[in-house]
Amino acid sequence: MGPKKVARSASSDDPEELARVPLQAVLLADSFATKFRPITLERPKVLLPLVNVPMIEYTLAWLESVGVEEVFVFCCAHSNQVKDYLNKSQWTKPPSSFSFSVSTIESHDAISAGDALRVIYNRSVIRGDFILVSGDTVSNMDLTQALEEHKDRRKKDPLAVMTMVIKHAKPSSTTLQTRLGTDEIIMGIHPETKELLYYEDKADHLQRVILLDKTLLMENPALRLHNDKQDCFIDICSPEVLSLFTDNFDYQHLRRHFVKGLLVDDIMGYKIFTYETHASYAARVENFRSYDTISKDIIQRWTYPFVPDVQYLGIGYQAKLERQGIYRAPDVILSRSAHVGAFSFVGNGTTIGDHSHISTSVIGQRCVIGKNVVIESSYIWDNVTIEDGCKLSHALVCDGVHLRAGVILESGVILSFKVEVGQKLVIPAYSKVSVLPQPCKQDSDEELEYADATSGVIESPSITSVANARNQDLLSDMLDVPGSDANKVGISGVGYIWSVSEAEHDEEWRFSIAPIPKEKLEKFSHSAHDDNDEVNHDESSIPASGELIPDSDGTDFDGGVGEDYRDSADFENEVEATFRRALAGVDVQNVILEISSLRLSYNMSHADCAGALFYAIMKSASDISYSNNTELSANTKMEINKWKNLLKNYIKSQDEEIEVIMKFEEICLETIREFRPLFTDVSMWLAQTSIASG
Amino acid sequence: MPDVQALVGDFALKLKRRKVEGSHASARQTAELLRSVVSQQRLPHAGQAAVLIDAVRAVGEQLIAANPVELAVGNIIRRVLHIIREEDLSSTTTAMEGLGLSADSDDDNAGDHEDRPALSAAAVAAAARSALRAPSLHTLLEDIPESAAVPHASSSGGDSEGKSKSADKSLKSRKLKHDVIEAINELIQDIDTCHEQISEQAVEHIHQNEVILTLGRSRTVKEFLCAAKEKKRSFRVFVAEGAPRYQGHVLAKELVTKGLQTTIITDSAVFAMISRVNMVIVGAHAIMANGGVIAPVGLNMVALAARRHAVPFVVVAGSHKLCPLYPHNPEVLLNDLRSPADLLDFDEFSDCMDFASRGGSPLLHVVNPTFDYVPPNLVSLFITDTGGHNPSYMYRLIADYYSADDLVVKRRSTS
Repeated sequence: MGPKKVARSASSDDPEELARVPLQAVLLADSFATKFRPITLERPKVLLPLVNVPMIEYTLAWLESVGVEEVFVFCCAHSNQVKDYLNKSQWTKPPSSFSFSVSTIESHDAISAGDALRVIYNRSVIRGDFILVSGDTVSNMDLTQALEEHKDRRKKDPLAVMTMVIKHAKPSSTTLQTRLGTDEIIMGIHPETKELLYYEDKADHLQRVILLDKTLLMENPALRLHNDKQDCFIDICSPEVLSLFTDNFDYQHLRRHFVKGLLVDDIMGYKIFTYETHASYAARVENFRSYDTISKDIIQRWTYPFVPDVQYLGIGYQAKLERQGIYRAPDVILSRSAHVGAFSFVGNGTTIGDHSHISTSVIGQRCVIGKNVVIESSYIWDNVTIEDGCKLSHALVCDGVHLRAGVILESGVILSFKVEVGQKLVIPAYSKVSVLPQPCKQDSDEELEYADATSGVIESPSITSVANARNQDLLSDMLDVPGSDANKVGISGVGYIWSVSEAEHDEEWRFSIAPIPKEKLEKFSHSAHDDNDEVNHDESSIPASGELIPDSDGTDFDGGVGEDYRDSADFENEVEATFRRALAGVDVQNVILEISSLRLSYNMSHADCAGALFYAIMKSASDISYSNNTELSANTKMEINKWKNLLKNYIKSQDEEIEVIMKFEEICLETIREFRPLFTDVSMWLAQTSIASG
Repeated sequence: MPDVQALVGDFALKLKRRKVEGSHASARQTAELLRSVVSQQRLPHAGQAAVLIDAVRAVGEQLIAANPVELAVGNIIRRVLHIIREEDLSSTTTAMEGLGLSADSDDDNAGDHEDRPALSAAAVAAAARSALRAPSLHTLLEDIPESAAVPHASSSGGDSEGKSKSADKSLKSRKLKHDVIEAINELIQDIDTCHEQISEQAVEHIHQNEVILTLGRSRTVKEFLCAAKEKKRSFRVFVAEGAPRYQGHVLAKELVTKGLQTTIITDSAVFAMISRVNMVIVGAHAIMANGGVIAPVGLNMVALAARRHAVPFVVVAGSHKLCPLYPHNPEVLLNDLRSPADLLDFDEFSDCMDFASRGGSPLLHVVNPTFDYVPPNLVSLFITDTGGHNPSYMYRLIADYYSADDLVVKRRSTS
């Protein structure tokens, strides 16, 4: 009777709903980003310690606590390390009456979350609603209510495929950045149904203008725009989500492609809803800034019970919480004169020498810290040796690093695994040092960023990538300058200082562990102030969270046209470039594919494609040398004939035909005036080749 | 025993993950687990008790380490150890053959737990010498006043368990294991019925037209008050809400459904109201050996206010909350610091915790302790399932329940 009772009470913690379909979760153990380079060259991001516990532990522990029974861990980069770790961890130990199983799914050619989900779809392991998280999520929220809401909605409306968890957060008014170091997100949410209607994570902050589609306002009687919501990257998905990813093979990014794609695409009518969590904690380690912030939140116990002194996480030893938030492992050798300040963690087997000063820092296991060392707001992982007189502030020091006497790390420095720094060297602020040289090219084994992947397909340094550079999507691997000329770190040192591009350097402070320098803040508050003076009404276009009634909203319409125009001009250029490659001999099928992907990424209609393509064809026709109008006409007809199959791909209805004619008219009137006399002639030809029906 | 090991592992995991809430549930589940540990433990012919004690200790060490804050787990483990010693002793003294049994005093010597020597005549003699009466759990439960009345030397040292047998027990044929399981069953029953036993005494303490003050929510307090109400006492209850978890609101609701006149006050209004109060009745997390109480946060303030106005401060708690440890040791006096989210809304304060724009170090500290320590001189009376006791008497009660050898639950190292 005894054993049975215990076993039963273990599973009865959650209500009977679990009995029906086991709750499944997909954990992406790869961030598909390069924000944590150079560290992630040697170890996957999910295994990086966050307050001395690998990040994946937090995610798994949380999934276990919300009643998930089956977790599929998708590993890609460094999959062996992830698998080894899981095999050794407490999560895969079989004897347990907890119904919680962890299994891994491996794929080496996935370069994005979209690829990962496609692989999971092909395995067909997901049987019902599942939770989609990445392995760097830290949360203690209770999902039961969100799950229930999701299920209820699904019963009423099978098109509600996803519930996104969001959280209230105030982005800084000066830097327009959340405390996690991410850009503020603008979401349009239906005030009653909580349906997500608009999502923009790359709003143009400099102009402080957002553009809403007119139809958005026409179709929805009420819409609430928020810029104070944080996306927790915790999604409750229906199985349809996986098949959607498979159908739309160009979906890469969960938010940028999938969410926006669903919101824009009204043919299928899929809907995304939001669930706002209030008291609980949920955040994702996206960059070094959020690493720092979340570490501090954990130490301040916002993530209870996932805190170091509760042994929820497989930390292996019991850390004791002392006054002022100092966590100390059992076997710490602390010199009598050493001082450990508030909100610090000293790991097992660490020795700290005389007169050393440590404040708000996390120190890992088996570190040796010498005399007169000052460590301030830094993260020091395991087996680090710091000799006498070093000074560290706001730095991240990985496993096995050796700092010789007198080294000074300025704020924001990242030292990757096993770096050695020679005596009395000063490492300048925001440097990244690794024993591996900076890769000069994309390495397929490494994590890739979407921007890189897509620009790889387009094969042209497009405007998008330049725009993205501001947001650091392009990391150093895009640089032509290889790490060959990297500086050696001191006389007795080992490691390369990674060079950083200019544009990136400007933005480095945004995502660094170090706090934002004062000058930057002042600059920002100045510019914000100026903005307010200049365009007062712009401020009102992003209300903190106000309700917009369609007919009362007439602001920034001009801006909308401008933006739209710029976008379509970019699009046309891209299509033209693609077409030129077709001329150069690229297979037609590939061209079709590329144009389709351009259409989706620029969010254009088929008509736009047809127009742009037609423009490109006409331009190529006019580029062929001619002496008189008849010759030009003949050339044009030939070109149209040659490419009519390509063009027909996009001409599905009368709308597109009209668009082509209109485009031709525009060409004649504005761009290539040579066609003017040929207008009727070519139009006739178009009708004949049944591109235009009349 | 892979089966038992799995069970122990599961329970330890649950404790680690704070999935077992409250002393009562923890105590009960610990007792049930130990019962299955004992029943599945294979016993050799020689040194049965020692093997059992070792097994229980091994499990106990694991469980206590899993959640050191929950003292009830340790209490139950120590009580089971005590039960084993008692049962062993009574069978020893009955059977007097000596062979195959061990004296408990051997437990003091580290290093010989596997092959313990056969019981020496001296040990038997020592046991017989100190044999005044047997404070076995059985007799304790049957006859509390007597056990309280008869003094014995249990608090003084390791020979406390040397006691005689009760006449009716331990026939030769009966096995030690069987006895122990029986006793553990009684213990479980005891834990189950502690609320009723405590609330039976309610009418003796709550009088007509009195005003009672309590803080937070305790199941024991609730049943205590309801029992008095059922006995047709009419009285009023002030409930301090017990920030930040506001369990007082829940209690007030429960009391009102039972038809009790209830008033909710904020914690900070306790001092203002205390002069109108006739008695303070509160629950506890644990009662320490010196009579001090580890109680929900805010109770020290209430106790001080009660002392200032000479209002009796009564603590009701089941005997599983009696802890044989003293609170002088910081290892014991643990507090559970919970999430600051109980106190304030993270979202509203997120700009105060924007480390990026505020120099990198947190300026806002939020502390949310779960427990208070109320020193014994502020407590007027303890009401346990065995009756009312003075704080200064607690150590005696504890001596009846626990043997001094078990204060440190650790497997003896083989070195």
